[in-house]
Amino acid sequence: MLDIKGVFKTFNPGSITEKKALQGIDLHLEDGDFVTIIGGNGAGKSTMLNAIAGVWPVDEGSIFIDGKDVTAMPEHKRASLLGRVFQDPMTGTAANMQIEENLALAARRGKKRGLGWEVTKAEREKYHDMLVSLDLGLEDRLSAKVGLLSGGQRQALTLMMATMVKPKLLLLDEHTAALDPKTAAKVLEITDKAISENKLTALMVTHNMNDAIKHGNRLIMMNEGKIVYDVSGEEKKNLTVEDLMKKFSELGGHFSDRALLG
Amino acid sequence: MLDISTLLNAFPGYIAQGAIWGIMALGLYISYRLLEFSDLTVDGSFATGAAVTVMLIIMGWPAWAAMIVAVLAGMLAGLVTGLLHTALGIAPILAGILTQIALYSVNLHILGNKPNQAVSVDKYDLILSLRTVNEAIVIALIFAAALICAFYWFFGTEAGSAIRATGCNPAMAKAQGINIDFCKVFALAVSNGIVALSGGLLAQYQGFADVAIGRGAIVIGLASIIIGEVIAEALFSKHMSFWLCLSSAVIGGILYYIIMGVVLWLKLPTNDMKLFTAIIVAIFLAVPYLKKNFKTSFLRLKLAEKKKAKEAAKNA
Ligand SMILES: Nc1ncnc2c1ncn2[C@@H]1O[C@H](COP(=O)(O)OP(=O)(O)O)[C@@H](O)[C@H]1O
Ligand SMILES: [Mg+2]
Repeated sequence: MLDIKGVFKTFNPGSITEKKALQGIDLHLEDGDFVTIIGGNGAGKSTMLNAIAGVWPVDEGSIFIDGKDVTAMPEHKRASLLGRVFQDPMTGTAANMQIEENLALAARRGKKRGLGWEVTKAEREKYHDMLVSLDLGLEDRLSAKVGLLSGGQRQALTLMMATMVKPKLLLLDEHTAALDPKTAAKVLEITDKAISENKLTALMVTHNMNDAIKHGNRLIMMNEGKIVYDVSGEEKKNLTVEDLMKKFSELGGHFSDRALLG
Repeated sequence: MLDISTLLNAFPGYIAQGAIWGIMALGLYISYRLLEFSDLTVDGSFATGAAVTVMLIIMGWPAWAAMIVAVLAGMLAGLVTGLLHTALGIAPILAGILTQIALYSVNLHILGNKPNQAVSVDKYDLILSLRTVNEAIVIALIFAAALICAFYWFFGTEAGSAIRATGCNPAMAKAQGINIDFCKVFALAVSNGIVALSGGLLAQYQGFADVAIGRGAIVIGLASIIIGEVIAEALFSKHMSFWLCLSSAVIGGILYYIIMGVVLWLKLPTNDMKLFTAIIVAIFLAVPYLKKNFKTSFLRLKLAEKKKAKEAAKNA
């Protein structure tokens, strides 16, 4: 489903702020893989997801999604293949637009946007039903501006937007990090449900090691722009936070305190 | 002596000019409010619209056809600004200024290398003229109403919603597969096309095009949008529909001209006109900001502190 081959990315090359953010990433994902990603601050986790999404071109290497070479494809063209949820709840939705307008924008991802109505009546009913099953009390607020929602509601909505047109790959970048623990748990629950119901292939960055172990069928650890540890199956299921900590200190890295919490 | 009847006699003229500038404000609304792009092209494209309209009418074109070409010329100007920004990475304000400066020369060429050109309503069939001011008001308002309807329709379509998303949250728009560069260029072209239309209307109304006709257009347009918003919000509370937002921009234009008329009537020096305009716009820009921020400002705490201290002193 996803193939990353020898990807390098350096920010501000040649200047004193030069940062080698990705230093040779190779990653292959099978259809239906749900991979959690951990690693210290600045390890390159977000950069890897941004490389896949095409936020900027990579320096070297190639990226295939569902067999298609997307390396030279700009961000808005790749969007039809991807669903994305960001760390900041503000990023994934348009605050000045209504809930139904945001959903309708997402429903047309990868399709031509013409002179048809932005939200049809049939869609409105569909969105209502979808929001009922989300169970956040949003179903009667379809015409409310998204800016009025809480962070958790916005992330749940963004998740729904990311998955309503089935993406080849779902990219989640610490999408619960900005939420309080209870809301984070709820959004994670919705995430699990969306991934298993739609049989999605997903990459989920998290700073919470428990979550990284509990969710998904495979776990990778990043350090200094490289994938340094990759486990799946039974081995992953039997992992403990202590194992991960040990693994990490073996590699000479150290986690920030917040990684230990939870 | 201040004679109220001179003010009242001039009123229809202010309303007509205000309505024409209100159309300009509708064009600016696309860039300033929907795209959140402060587009300074408009000073130039307004004059381009005026120049193209007047020259083509002088050449014997029917006024409506001249205005269609004027709109296309304005759209071209917007396209240039859009490409300077999206393709060449120039910051919005600078991209607009560059096009505006370039248009000054272009507009002089269009005007046959003269600073102004007359188009008399006696010689040509014009769409509106200050000679028949009441009719001019009606015609300008019809244009405005038609544009408001067109906006309401277009920005409710898939394409229009993509443009609004681009302005509201470019990162989200890209993640949803929207080509934000295309949206920006397209919206800037349409915006400047409408600005040029209102330039063409004003030139016919006053009977000439002047290379400086658009000087300060951005400020007048902003003033119209903001005066309209402040007043509509005061009247209709916070919840403004899109209809109301658009209509209030046109009404804001009319109010702006009435305010300017009163300033003139008070015999305040006309040389200071631009100064008054800038002050009025600054005030109207500041009011919503201050209102919003006062509740959470240090100033409020300081004032409360002072008040307390005073009361304590009194009681002592
Ligand atoms: N757009 C950018 N410009 C410059 N430096 C960047 C950019 N994005 C990320 N970096 C740098 O690249 C490194 C990796 O960042 P990131 O991938 O965000 O780390 P994380 O693993 O915490 O998500 C960091 O040092 C960061 O400062
Ligand atoms: Mg990150």
